[in-house]
Amino acid sequence: MSRLIDVENLTLQFDTDEGRITAIDNVSFNLEAGEIMGLVGESGSGKSVTAKSLMKLNPRNAIYGTDTKITLHLDDGPIDVMSLQNNAEMKVVRGGAISLIFQEPMASFAPAISIGDQMVEQLMIHTDFSKAQSKELSIEMLDRVGISDPSTRFGQYAFELSGGMRQRAMIAMALSTKPKLLIADEPTTALDVTIQAQVIDLMKDLVSEFGMGIIFITHDLGVIAQTADKVAVMYLGRLVEQGTVRDVIRRPAHPYTRGLLAALPKLDDIDAPLTPIPGDIPSPLERPPGCVYNTRCQEVDGPQCAVKIPGFAQVREGHTAACHLYGPTEGKT
Amino acid sequence: MNERPLISAQNLSVHYALRGNLIGPKPYVAAVENVSIEIAAGSFFGLVGESGSGKTTLGRAMLRAAPITKGDVLFEDGEVSYSLKNLGKKELKDYRKRAQLIFQDPYAALSPRMTVRDIIAEPLEVMGLTKSRTETDERVREIASKCRLNVEHLRRFPHAFSGGQRQRISIARALVSGPKFIVADESVAALDVSIQADVLNLLKAIQQEMGLTFLFISHDLSVVAHVCDHVAVMYLGRLVETAPTRALFSNPRHPYTKALLSAIPSLDPDDRGKAQKLEGEIPSPTNPPPGCKFQTRCPKAIDRCRVEEPFLESAGTEHFVACHRWKELSV
Repeated sequence: MSRLIDVENLTLQFDTDEGRITAIDNVSFNLEAGEIMGLVGESGSGKSVTAKSLMKLNPRNAIYGTDTKITLHLDDGPIDVMSLQNNAEMKVVRGGAISLIFQEPMASFAPAISIGDQMVEQLMIHTDFSKAQSKELSIEMLDRVGISDPSTRFGQYAFELSGGMRQRAMIAMALSTKPKLLIADEPTTALDVTIQAQVIDLMKDLVSEFGMGIIFITHDLGVIAQTADKVAVMYLGRLVEQGTVRDVIRRPAHPYTRGLLAALPKLDDIDAPLTPIPGDIPSPLERPPGCVYNTRCQEVDGPQCAVKIPGFAQVREGHTAACHLYGPTEGKT
Repeated sequence: MNERPLISAQNLSVHYALRGNLIGPKPYVAAVENVSIEIAAGSFFGLVGESGSGKTTLGRAMLRAAPITKGDVLFEDGEVSYSLKNLGKKELKDYRKRAQLIFQDPYAALSPRMTVRDIIAEPLEVMGLTKSRTETDERVREIASKCRLNVEHLRRFPHAFSGGQRQRISIARALVSGPKFIVADESVAALDVSIQADVLNLLKAIQQEMGLTFLFISHDLSVVAHVCDHVAVMYLGRLVETAPTRALFSNPRHPYTKALLSAIPSLDPDDRGKAQKLEGEIPSPTNPPPGCKFQTRCPKAIDRCRVEEPFLESAGTEHFVACHRWKELSV
């Protein structure tokens, strides 16, 4: 496997009327080609913003940290994403090397342009294909993702397709430019479980066929367990735990991950009580000092928790957690 | 648990008219077709199914918020006894007090221009249940504290509250008129897991404390498994299986229930690829297949299933299933 992307010290703030909000705070991770990373967190944890930052898809009031570094390793050499300035330069990355699938496929297709025209349009932008070649490839991709009668579907509009079908078309479109990295932002959340199972299977097949990397964003730990190779858990803009899917789910190290797993209703033990995590996620305007989780944490209550930010410490081989249970502080308060 | 049903649907059908031709039979879509369920007083009854299965419509018909085309819904709480098909205006008003709904989205269900106190008090004022403002305030404070809302915050507006707190406000509003029967339609679907557990625990506690009967509509089987004592599974407007929770989850009889259970992503990474996959999607209710409604996706369908529609038959204590082949398939 070869390295696909390195994200180092990603920090992102937004200037708003109510003050400066920290959306992502010093997040670092990497991904190999052919690897699926699950990015887990609740609403407001910053997982979608993190994914969009990889393409600098942020509104104008976004301010990146000065030591933020995102390196995309392509066949022609590495690209420093932070140094790309305008939309023309970003074309290599957006829709080229990186494709994005959104949660709600009805909202992500233009309603008044046929599915086929939208697929052809992006192929014309990102490849050297002629219109006829683009159409041919689009129909082939629709067929590949299991859409029956693809040449008819090609001429249809988003509203004529069912939810599962739309998400398949979205995947076909995202993959037709042969991206190196696919970011899937809650791609199955709006789907019924039986359809979700079909879409997950499809995505796994495509990874092994095309050898791309996937960042799979979801709040559903079950979906992660069934798809991802490794997992990163986010809370209030910070990564709190990283490791292989087996380690994180079977032996969670961070109190937040443990809390999330305990709050989950499990089918194999329906009599077990549900244990909520007390309190709510704080507003990003009122980020707690020290460990971001200290206002809800049930396990650790040391004097340092509300003062010092815990740094990542190794819990076991390839499994790290940022909690004062395990060691060093990050050096800033 | 009391065995007497508080509310029961009897061969209930809800049809909606479609635009058709001037001549010939009027086309319609059967959102709910010939469904019978009994919900015992004090029960926490789960209703599951995919989108388009008719579960919301069934819930609404039981509140008389959807038209009853055929059959009836009977409500009997010891004080009154209603046939929902033939409710007079006055009775309907009284029924609104006894049966309430908790919505799915706590962000859309609360008016941003009303204070929490006014939101919770509105049903009391509309129904004229209290005589004075002091009485209303007292009732609001009482129900708010039951729902673990900080009574000091009643003068705030909904935007100041988080999703979980908003859902507690919705619950308080539904409970303030003193209902016996509550329909909770996907009431935790919009919440994060860490908050969802808290709201579920609250619903259970309130149910026991106030002796309520719940119809809990959800697409999430693992949530239903944890909170409900009885479960009904719907597909394309039909009831396909109903059983006590434990029986349904340990011994599902209908191929659809089995597939639904198997499609839930397991938390065990080593279960990969074990799920039994269903092909295709739920057919459109405007053009339902003949015979068993599930035959187009059923891995076990035979010729009989494509012609003859199965009816519910007994498959154990309080366990009913609508499948031609359940017996041979469970051997």
